[in-house]
Amino acid sequence: MSATDYAPKPDTGGPAQPLLIVKDLQKHFPVRGGLFGRTQAKVQAVDGVSFEVKKGETLGIVGESGCGKSTTAKLLIGLTEKDRGEIIFDGLSLGQRLPLKDLRKGVQMVFQDSYATLNPRLTILDSVAFGTKVQGLKDPNGLARKMMDRVGLNPNRFAHRYPHELSGGQRQRVNIARALAMSPRLVVLDEAVSALDKSVEAQVLNLLNDLRAEFGLTYIFISHDLNVVRYISDRILVMYLGEVVEVAPVDSIWKSQAHPYTRSLFSAMPSMDPDNRTQEPPLAGDPPNPINPPSGCRFHTRCRFASDVCKSDAPRLDGLAQNAAHMVVCHLYDAASGHPRAGQGIPA
Amino acid sequence: MALSETLPAEPEPIAIPQGYWSGVGARLVRDPLTVICASVILALILGAIFAPWLGLADPYKGSMIARLKPLGTEGHILGTDEQGRDMLARLIYGGRLTLFIGLMPVVLAFFIGSTLGILAGYVGGITNTIIMRTVDVFFAFPSVLLAIAISGALGAGIVNSLVSLTIVFIPPLTRVAEAVTSGVRSLDYIDAARATGASALTVIRVHVIGNVLSPIFVYATSLTSVCMILAAGLSFLGIGVRPPEPEWGLMLNTLRSAIYVNPWLSALPGVMIFVTSLCLNLLSDGLRSAMNVRD
Repeated sequence: MSATDYAPKPDTGGPAQPLLIVKDLQKHFPVRGGLFGRTQAKVQAVDGVSFEVKKGETLGIVGESGCGKSTTAKLLIGLTEKDRGEIIFDGLSLGQRLPLKDLRKGVQMVFQDSYATLNPRLTILDSVAFGTKVQGLKDPNGLARKMMDRVGLNPNRFAHRYPHELSGGQRQRVNIARALAMSPRLVVLDEAVSALDKSVEAQVLNLLNDLRAEFGLTYIFISHDLNVVRYISDRILVMYLGEVVEVAPVDSIWKSQAHPYTRSLFSAMPSMDPDNRTQEPPLAGDPPNPINPPSGCRFHTRCRFASDVCKSDAPRLDGLAQNAAHMVVCHLYDAASGHPRAGQGIPA
Repeated sequence: MALSETLPAEPEPIAIPQGYWSGVGARLVRDPLTVICASVILALILGAIFAPWLGLADPYKGSMIARLKPLGTEGHILGTDEQGRDMLARLIYGGRLTLFIGLMPVVLAFFIGSTLGILAGYVGGITNTIIMRTVDVFFAFPSVLLAIAISGALGAGIVNSLVSLTIVFIPPLTRVAEAVTSGVRSLDYIDAARATGASALTVIRVHVIGNVLSPIFVYATSLTSVCMILAAGLSFLGIGVRPPEPEWGLMLNTLRSAIYVNPWLSALPGVMIFVTSLCLNLLSDGLRSAMNVRD
């Protein structure tokens, strides 16, 4: 695969314009029941999520299971229809000036379960070439073979094999080749390395880094493994119960986590150093039910610093006083919030 | 980092693994019961097709003096029926109509039912509700009664029994197709295919059909024996094939009165129906296990 084979749609807005802007994205899944399948309740999977991804950067999204990471990913490539909000890709708003088919040319996804994402009845070559055929690219099979070669799968050896004959790492390479064969500019990696063992995970992560440099890709990297996210990301976005709680450059958030939830998430990470055991008490209880999320700040039921204002008023996303690039959603950092410790942040 | 344009040469040739269907064929051949059943069905079909060239007696020509001859009579190895017609010829010729109205409705219902079921299962929502609830209406009637009712309303005749039996077998095939398709629909590879921007029709053609057709096909095979019995039943009741056409169900009906005179003779058409449907059932069982790739 040479650079000339990789032909993404040309850039329109220049480097200053973010590649992807998400504004107030919302998805509530109806829970149906009763006699006529009426909507009984709504699971607030994603509720008012906004963020930006700059050209060429990698945004890591972390959070507990069920916090809306994967739903966000599916909303971004239009696999799930959004209830509300705006997705602006390279300056064009999805559904207005950007048809879904064009979005899918520019944004591709790599899924977690490498086996379930491959049709068991299709050969590897057919799976990889499916997208290039659909998009009407010329020489789809040749393109697919070159991309297979680029991700480290010899096409002569693997093209005619079936998914069940490959190992997990090889299958995930197939999935990456399938996504990249269509020359996307943004790749959403939804737990793409979570199911792999550590040595294969490292190989795939290095491959992803190489591909990003070579093809000028932008990644959204969803994972629950903080170390992996740290390795690959430029910025980290933390989600809790369908909402963004903190967005920050990776160095800044690694040094000090602003949001109490992020703090507990990082302290739950096992340390390699026995002298550096966690002192922070672990996060108590389960996440609340997203059908009926807590009022005000959604984290107040598990937060050590919660006060009355947290139960009544929802905080807004705002940059820290000392570092505006480090953004957090918490009353502790808003001097005018009315919290007893307003403006002081959480104690170190 | 530019890469070489030419693909690396493979030092030794790699054996291309066998395809799915050749694997199914290999497993089928290793199963003796399935092979025997398939041979019986094949012999019946070939006999029905090539009946005029087998040197048989005329199945329509009766003889008043040679009525109800027992099995093993000189010139009539399987005896003669109540009008003196050669039973062997009538049984082999009878296979033509019996197999035709036993298999055709299932073939037709397979295409119509699969189409409806895959559509309902893939699209979901209101389309699913409309198709599946309509199908449920047909499930409210026992299949035998439904076939008799439709045939009775349309009148006797081969085409009418074909139509009524097809209608009877569309609902179960639709339901199976819908169940299998909605299972496949929720798998990640369908999402991955949709993410490429492919139209629903392309996704169904490339990714859905290959994965749902074999369970529907196996189920349809098991329905053929039921269909043959139903078709024979319609003829038996006089709303299917009309005399003097040879057809196993009809022959069973007309020979019924001779059961005290020559019981072995009267049982022959029933034996044919029994053997054929048994073989079809065992064949579908064999197909089901041969198509299971996971073992």
